[in-house]
Amino acid sequence: MGIISRGFGGRRREPQPGLPPGQYLTHDFPVLSAGPTPRIPLDKWNFSIVTETGEKHSWNWAEFTALPAEEFTVDIHCVTKWSKFGTTWKGVALDTLFEDVESAADYTMAHSYGGYTTNVPLDDLLDGKAWVVYEFDGEPLHPEHGGPARLIVPHLYFWKSAKWVNGLQMLNDDEPGFWETGGYHMYGDPWREQRYQGD
Amino acid sequence: MKNRISWRVATVTAARWETSSARTLVLDVPDWPGHLPGQHIDVRLTAEDGYSAQRSYSIASAWSAEAGSPDAGTVELTVQRLDDGEVSPYLTDVVEPGDRIELRGPVGGWFVWREKQTAPVLLIAGGSGVVPLMSMIRARGLARGRQPFRLIYSVRTPEDAAYADELRRRVREDPGLDVHFVYTRKTPDGWPAPPKRIDVATINSHGWPPDFQPDCYVCGPTAFVETAADILVALGHDPKRVRTERFGGA
Amino acid sequence: MMELDGNALAGDLREVFATDMTGAVFTCAGCAHTGVLATLRVWQPAPGLVGRCPHCTDVVLRLVRTPTRVFLTLTGATRLELPLEP
Repeated sequence: MGIISRGFGGRRREPQPGLPPGQYLTHDFPVLSAGPTPRIPLDKWNFSIVTETGEKHSWNWAEFTALPAEEFTVDIHCVTKWSKFGTTWKGVALDTLFEDVESAADYTMAHSYGGYTTNVPLDDLLDGKAWVVYEFDGEPLHPEHGGPARLIVPHLYFWKSAKWVNGLQMLNDDEPGFWETGGYHMYGDPWREQRYQGD
Repeated sequence: MKNRISWRVATVTAARWETSSARTLVLDVPDWPGHLPGQHIDVRLTAEDGYSAQRSYSIASAWSAEAGSPDAGTVELTVQRLDDGEVSPYLTDVVEPGDRIELRGPVGGWFVWREKQTAPVLLIAGGSGVVPLMSMIRARGLARGRQPFRLIYSVRTPEDAAYADELRRRVREDPGLDVHFVYTRKTPDGWPAPPKRIDVATINSHGWPPDFQPDCYVCGPTAFVETAADILVALGHDPKRVRTERFGGA
Repeated sequence: MMELDGNALAGDLREVFATDMTGAVFTCAGCAHTGVLATLRVWQPAPGLVGRCPHCTDVVLRLVRTPTRVFLTLTGATRLELPLEP
């Protein structure tokens, strides 16, 4: 840590009990982005799960939004150190999407429009732990926040909650996605402060 | 032998306002190696709880190549306050002479002008994108350079123009320097044209013909830089001679 | 969200390399475009710095800075060309 800058506060934030180590509480919703924001017309949108044998399960927007949806409220933790309590989303649980998927693979790679990828173990997506959402705070998910649809895996750092998600590839072995290749942790548990490789 | 660089601590020795929202900080940096016009300094601020934020600012001042000479130069940053920013309002409104600031620099080596460049120079600034270009004008002045320099400086209103007095003085005193202002919202009284954005006619009239093979430097917000650079290339300037720097701020 | 350029990479790269890298010429692995690193498109804020090719927007480099290390990922560049000092 460097010298203290007299009178510097920085963005409004609160250290707070109940936060993972090293995190600050924020009340706004910072937009992080590593590239241009993809704009996907709903009639072109598609989401698919591809198993390790190449079997493909696919939903267009009408099929996807006809699936049973859940509204849920969770805390989210970004690796850039902000956390936000009580965010409310609506979407489809991954349990629902995996209902008819036959697979023996333990890992997945999430793929997004725009080329982003991130790896998540299958166990971390099931049993009510993850969703593909299309509403935030009762409104259609804004493209800046990953709309039309994004992954939400709230118990891992937020880079795992891929914006603009369009599919999951099942993998027998864990492989690094975009930020994991670039030095971030393969798993990313905020409570164990798994920010970078080797943490 | 060059080395990697790291963070060091500087002291603010003076501060002055350039406009109502842009402030220049004069820094005393121990063992400063000197800098080229166009280079940056990265500033890192740290709050008492360890939270830190980092931003990059262009150096506004010039430094003589003859290091150690009495008029070697100064290290000055001009910071534009962005109201929703995190670092810039601190540097414009909180920091006072005597305060210490952590910084890393000078950095950058492509968007720079070197005294040994002999070609005419066209500088195109959008708003606070003038800062590194001002450093080039000052470096040329310090070196008594004879390279023909032209600056096209786009500002919203006359009150938004930083260094206005110094630019007027330099146009009189620095041989071969021309400055043309573009006002996008409000012009000074008696200005011959209504407010407008920079366009082909502006650059055609107040830049250099492509035949002169000028070195062009464009700095400003992303959209401004792309507009100006596209016009330069469309007018026939060699893209390799058009150097650009986009800034965001905050 | 804002779009900057590769000039913004100068400080973090200069902390790793003994020379300025923003003038190094990259060849994009995606489209074979060549240009200096200063011309990459860089979006912020993000968990790291991502430099994209100005021609095809493919990712050319990623730079992740931790408190103790820097990760520089160059899978999007097939080549970097730097001048030798005279």
